[in-house]
Amino acid sequence: MNLELSEEMVMLQDALNKFLQNEYDFEKRQQISRNGIGYKEENWQSFADMGLLGVPFEEQYGGFGFGQTGLCVVMEAIGKGLVLEPYLSSVVLGGQLIQQAGSEAQKEALLPLLVGGELKLAFAYVERQARYNLSDVECRAEKKGEQFSLSGSKSVVFNAETADKIIVAARTSGDNISEKGISLFIVDSKAAGMQARHYETFDGLRASELSFDNVVLDSDALLGTVDEAYPIIESVIDSAAAAICAEGVGVVSELRQKTVEYLKTRKQFNQAIGNFQVLQHRAVDMFMAEEQMRSLSYLAAIKVTEGEPVGRVKSVSAAKVYLGDARATVGEQAAQLHGGIGVTDELDVAHYVKRLGMLNALFGDRDYHLQRFSQA
Amino acid sequence: MDLNYTPEDQAFQLEVREFLRQNYPKDIQDKVANGIALKKDDYVRWQKILAKQGWVAPGWPEQHGGPGWTPVQKYIFDEECGAANCLRTVAFGLVMLAPVLMKYGSDEQREKYLADIYNSDVWWCQGYSEPNAGSDLASLQTKAVKQGDHYIVNGSKTWTTHGHYADKMFTLVRTSQEDKKQKGISFLLIDMDAPGVSTSPIVTIDGMHVVNQVFLEDVKVPVENLVGVEGEGWTIAKSLLMHERTYIAQVPRSKKQIERLKKIASEERYNGKPLIEDQSFKAKISAVEIELMALEMTNLRVLSKISAGEAPGAESSLLKIKGTEVQQAITALLMEAVGYYAFPYNKVTMTQGWQEEPIGHEQAAMLAPHYFDWRKSSIYGGSNEIQKNIMAKAVLGL
Repeated sequence: MNLELSEEMVMLQDALNKFLQNEYDFEKRQQISRNGIGYKEENWQSFADMGLLGVPFEEQYGGFGFGQTGLCVVMEAIGKGLVLEPYLSSVVLGGQLIQQAGSEAQKEALLPLLVGGELKLAFAYVERQARYNLSDVECRAEKKGEQFSLSGSKSVVFNAETADKIIVAARTSGDNISEKGISLFIVDSKAAGMQARHYETFDGLRASELSFDNVVLDSDALLGTVDEAYPIIESVIDSAAAAICAEGVGVVSELRQKTVEYLKTRKQFNQAIGNFQVLQHRAVDMFMAEEQMRSLSYLAAIKVTEGEPVGRVKSVSAAKVYLGDARATVGEQAAQLHGGIGVTDELDVAHYVKRLGMLNALFGDRDYHLQRFSQA
Repeated sequence: MDLNYTPEDQAFQLEVREFLRQNYPKDIQDKVANGIALKKDDYVRWQKILAKQGWVAPGWPEQHGGPGWTPVQKYIFDEECGAANCLRTVAFGLVMLAPVLMKYGSDEQREKYLADIYNSDVWWCQGYSEPNAGSDLASLQTKAVKQGDHYIVNGSKTWTTHGHYADKMFTLVRTSQEDKKQKGISFLLIDMDAPGVSTSPIVTIDGMHVVNQVFLEDVKVPVENLVGVEGEGWTIAKSLLMHERTYIAQVPRSKKQIERLKKIASEERYNGKPLIEDQSFKAKISAVEIELMALEMTNLRVLSKISAGEAPGAESSLLKIKGTEVQQAITALLMEAVGYYAFPYNKVTMTQGWQEEPIGHEQAAMLAPHYFDWRKSSIYGGSNEIQKNIMAKAVLGL
């Protein structure tokens, strides 16, 4: 047993921290969030140069084979810097769907471009009626000869606006809630018959509502086996959920550090407010939550790598429950301990609090994962 | 003990309900029901309607224009206003300053200010907190130096709600450096358009502008704007804060918000059924309802003790903590109810409602901003930690 990061991982971590220090202070981050597309192309190229875009992929496609542990390291840094670039959408979701479901030809055609920063992806899986149920898919793809015709809509598709290709989960057979009968398609972002409505999200990202009206897809748009995409979607979403738990650890560790710093410097009643025991205990609670989250995040990374489904589901859902709780145990505490200044737009703390709070809903909230854990 | 209303109270309830049905503007009602940001005109318009009816200041004694209601009637009025999604009157003039002027002000001051407050012709804001005086309010540093028949005021106030709307500000200032810190504080009324007063917006976590920082540079304030005795402002401040804290509990509003939550949860779908049929979500709503039930009863017990016009005691701290905890829990559940649709953010929608096809549930776009913004409620009016200190000392004698 060894719970330390390998030398390679430590190097990756150092490179990322350096990038955040030099290129991603809070002011720069806020400029990016207001630039209308929600990321900066130069940063994306830097990610490619640093090798970040190849972290989870096999070496034959230009990747590094660092797997989920590598993603965990990258995502923690993304949390620390409140990074907006579409890493989750493009690499964690899009790239891994291709890696897990794609044919040799699809992998060879797409993954090297993705790793090189020349291709960006998004994953459209949320639907209006589905809430967090991944098998509740009404968007339909009908086979017409050698082609498919895609109709329906998808919601809250992060980074669809700047993606070159969008991977869409659609029903090819079965009832609206059945796991069997779901297929994945790679849709060009300029496909005729697709309409998009883009918007900003409350935590500074960009997302879109997409609708498809008889979008014609050639047979090579099919990603994986027809009707059999559900287990792959679930496994990639689990990987992404584990990844945002690592992001949450980054967010929480920044919030804890900033809050402790504030307790040491803010003076009321002729002393630093950190002298008050009632506030000290709350800072310690934040610290304990952070450490427990880090443990569950590492555990989830290990179990996702191992790939055994029950262990994966249990550990990912456990980490996600903790992440959901962190909205209150860390986010609300950080705001409260900062007082009024903690809920102003001007201070970075509020933006960490926002991101942490919004992460609860992504890939299923606390209640969803508690139930999923208990049923696994 | 009896929770039933007398026939007179029942008649009063119907009278209030009917009045609200006929007179409460529909456009304002829609804004409140949908969580859309309110403008100065919305408040003024509604308060003037209430003033005309004689109901704008239920807490005032009759001699100053209060309706002379019993505590039960006041409760019924609040309850009916909550149920009708009424806009709450702005507290600064009506609920906070007016009782202070009645108790500590001079006849001239009452003559000069109360009618304008009653008729919403003058908008007041509160100049209490400072950048370095938050929970420790008594450490405030804004200075007022007497020169002839004026005070010269220098300093800065912050978190000034609607300071950009206000005509006047009631302020705590330091008139003496020598006394112990609470002793040197005075209560002063300042014109917002006096030379040397400026405001700068503070944008909060929801992206909105409601609060401000106010700067005071060599502002000349006539000595007749001092309320009460110089150096006794702290006593006044404390009585005012108790009124503020009681006002913050907002039981009827929370009841209405739970209704709203249930409606949204019955309209959202999950696993092919309405979300409200999901056992774990239902249990979370119930848990908040139980807290609110207890709070309502506690609130009633406090109300039945307070005679008209008298400031409530340390129990106002309990109401403030529990009231804000319930409100915050409801905002969290509202946000959770819409799942992924908490993400879309649209500033125009925050102030005007959807001008185009809504993304997700019609009310969804307001719910995350409200949840995060409502974190302020456990901070303002004296943070909830300070309220616990007050209770530890004043109630438990620790």
